[in-house]
Amino acid sequence: MNKLLVITTSIFGLMAVQGFPARADEALEKLAKDPKQWVMQQGDDANTRYSKLNQINASNVKKLQVAWTFSTGVLRGHEGGPLVVGDTMYVHTPFPNTVYALDLNNEGKILWKYEPRQDPNVIPIMCCDTVNRGVAYADGKIFLHQADTTLIALDAKTGAKVWSVMDGEAGKGQSGTDAPFVYKDKVLVGISGGEFGVRGWVSAYNISDGKLAWRGYSEGPDADTLIDPDKTTSLGKPVGPNSSTSTWEGDQWKIGGGATWGWYSYDPELNLVYYGSGNPSTWNPVQRPGDNRWSMSIWARDLDTGKVKWIYQMTPHDEWDFDGVNEMILTDQTIGGAARKLLTHFDRNGFGYTLDRATGELLVAEKFDPVVNWATKVDMDKSSKTYGRPLVVDAYSTQHQGEDTNSKGICPAALGTKDEQPAAYSPETQLFYVPTNHVCMDYEPYKVAYTAGQAYVGAAVAMYPPKGDTNMGNFIAWDGKTGKIVWSNKEQFSAWGGALATAGGVVFYGTLEGYLKAVDAKTGKELYKFKTPSGIIGNVMTYEHGGKQYVAVLSGVGGWAGIGLAAGLLQPENAAAWHGAVDQGKLPTKEKTVDTAGLGAVGGYAGLASYTSLGGTLTVFALPSE
Amino acid sequence: MLEDVDVSINKFVLGKFAAVTLAVAVTGATARADGSGNPAVASSDNGKYADKDGNPTYKISEDGTVDWYTFSGFRRYHSDCHVCHGPNGEGSSYAPALANSLKTLSYTDFTNIVTNGRKNVDAANDKVMPEFASNVNVMCYLDDIYVYLRARANDAIPGGRPPKHEDKPEAAKAAEASCTGIK
Repeated sequence: MNKLLVITTSIFGLMAVQGFPARADEALEKLAKDPKQWVMQQGDDANTRYSKLNQINASNVKKLQVAWTFSTGVLRGHEGGPLVVGDTMYVHTPFPNTVYALDLNNEGKILWKYEPRQDPNVIPIMCCDTVNRGVAYADGKIFLHQADTTLIALDAKTGAKVWSVMDGEAGKGQSGTDAPFVYKDKVLVGISGGEFGVRGWVSAYNISDGKLAWRGYSEGPDADTLIDPDKTTSLGKPVGPNSSTSTWEGDQWKIGGGATWGWYSYDPELNLVYYGSGNPSTWNPVQRPGDNRWSMSIWARDLDTGKVKWIYQMTPHDEWDFDGVNEMILTDQTIGGAARKLLTHFDRNGFGYTLDRATGELLVAEKFDPVVNWATKVDMDKSSKTYGRPLVVDAYSTQHQGEDTNSKGICPAALGTKDEQPAAYSPETQLFYVPTNHVCMDYEPYKVAYTAGQAYVGAAVAMYPPKGDTNMGNFIAWDGKTGKIVWSNKEQFSAWGGALATAGGVVFYGTLEGYLKAVDAKTGKELYKFKTPSGIIGNVMTYEHGGKQYVAVLSGVGGWAGIGLAAGLLQPENAAAWHGAVDQGKLPTKEKTVDTAGLGAVGGYAGLASYTSLGGTLTVFALPSE
Repeated sequence: MLEDVDVSINKFVLGKFAAVTLAVAVTGATARADGSGNPAVASSDNGKYADKDGNPTYKISEDGTVDWYTFSGFRRYHSDCHVCHGPNGEGSSYAPALANSLKTLSYTDFTNIVTNGRKNVDAANDKVMPEFASNVNVMCYLDDIYVYLRARANDAIPGGRPPKHEDKPEAAKAAEASCTGIK
């Protein structure tokens, strides 16, 4: 950290001498170090979601109270979270993607409001609710990535448009949901549409004028992916020519998926941007033979040019929709006696990966939910032909079982052991705090045809908790050095909100019923909870104003979790229902027994709809004034 | 192919039905009425069932065996519809529970909405149903999805994958191949 300060200061000094304006990144770097502010969605470039604030701590958090609230005016799934820059808080919403600037000096009075005018026809091509993961700030501008793929820069003081650009085309099934990410002089956005045959990409625009600096695709020839056959490596070896197209049949890579709608991180010393690519199109693996590169991969791109330094595909030839887009958390830790620059990633596929972020070397790959069953492990033997690949279990391979066959009991379900909800890292405990899903599925692929702008899915999916369990989520603490779960708290529903770790020794997260929870960072003991107006799928953040620490989170149930996963989905319950429907009270005979797949589950189990309804509120908490 | 599913869905469907009306025993059915009227099976044609007005309907046997189209509708629904409308037609925070909607929504209206889409956008709502007219993966299975949801709306089947179904009729295979163009 100190080294970083020295570098930026000296560059600043050089620029000043040469008469250049101060680079926006220095200002942003400096702001990101001020724990009173929260100037980027993930807290910092490394995506740690960690705050040095400690006014709220493990002893006093039980006294937390609601300090103030704000209704967003929108009733859809609220992902992401607010930013605090100086004395202004910036709050965003799902479609229509309104942005509010609130004056913290004036009890949250609205300084300005920007409400985009967008064609509502983008709504139906957003597979998983009309979510938006938040705004970005840099250089006196607020950057908003709209559902219709517009990227707009607004004056942070007035909300006036500075520039805007349209990154994609809604008519082709493309939409925008990810937050923009600002590094140095560039603002990056990804694209959504993996369920619509959209070939994913990352665009980098100049923050000064909105001109496109570079665009790197997830599939295609090297000129599109910005891969160098000799210089780009995967697990230490050059990827060679046509590393993407050679793993697809014919022209299928053109509708290949690999969407880029997740969280991005950045190492200023290495000048590398890290992010993941999503599922290949279609969901029917039989229709797209080959490894389908570079879907489902961790990418390290040079920020200035977009060129790929290293890449690693976690789920070759995906058969389950395990998007690789989750956050890449950058930490400096000691593994095997050596200080390493690490990247830790909790993938949809249920494996927690730890890599060397400079070289892409794979150090750890372990399941962060023991029920994960589609693969036995990731092959860590460097001399093996399948080094770095997951060893897939035939019974849970939808490719192996075939089209028009219902593959049963696959864990995790398509929404993964973790979806986009971001984890947090505490340098004090050196633990990762991960909101997880605990759900399994049946998955039946079948042939589908592609039409631009139309869904291109091709698999019938049914989801339910693992056999014998009633909880559909866990909030866990993970040691990335060893790949072990340190503690695990059950949650009735998937833990779908982003976590926050603080120097006060407290970890915060939200639940789908709407609880904001605080737990002890060392032990996981629950210290505080409060039920907010609606289910939480947003990310908890913290800031300080007027000498007081605040914790804030958006409530508003939705996202993929909003399809009421718990509604009557318990597998044994379904079987019991079929019993009741067909037996009409008679005892089952051999001929009449319904395939139960585990009848006999415990207890009453109600759907999410019994706990929460739609909402759109920001709740801000603080300790009571003395 | 696509001409079949273009304008008049009713004509497309009714043309597939034989004029002959068969008396088919319906197990455990009380007089019901949903958006299309009484769902009781009044006729059948190659494993596809219709009510007395010619609207597609479901057939559930005493041992829980569902007709092919109901089973097919379960699969198609859980591929293209469930991401918004939730599993088993039970709805989501942003799209209605079709297991409820079909209690009052008729077959004609259902097919019109799926084909042409629907908007409900104002200060309080931003619900937009896409038009599926150009999506063969949905249009060629409209009736399947309809009868599945109709069965759900009438509580004739519970949530979950129907464990037993009638065999896929040759007529269904032929219609699928010619409609989707997928061999």
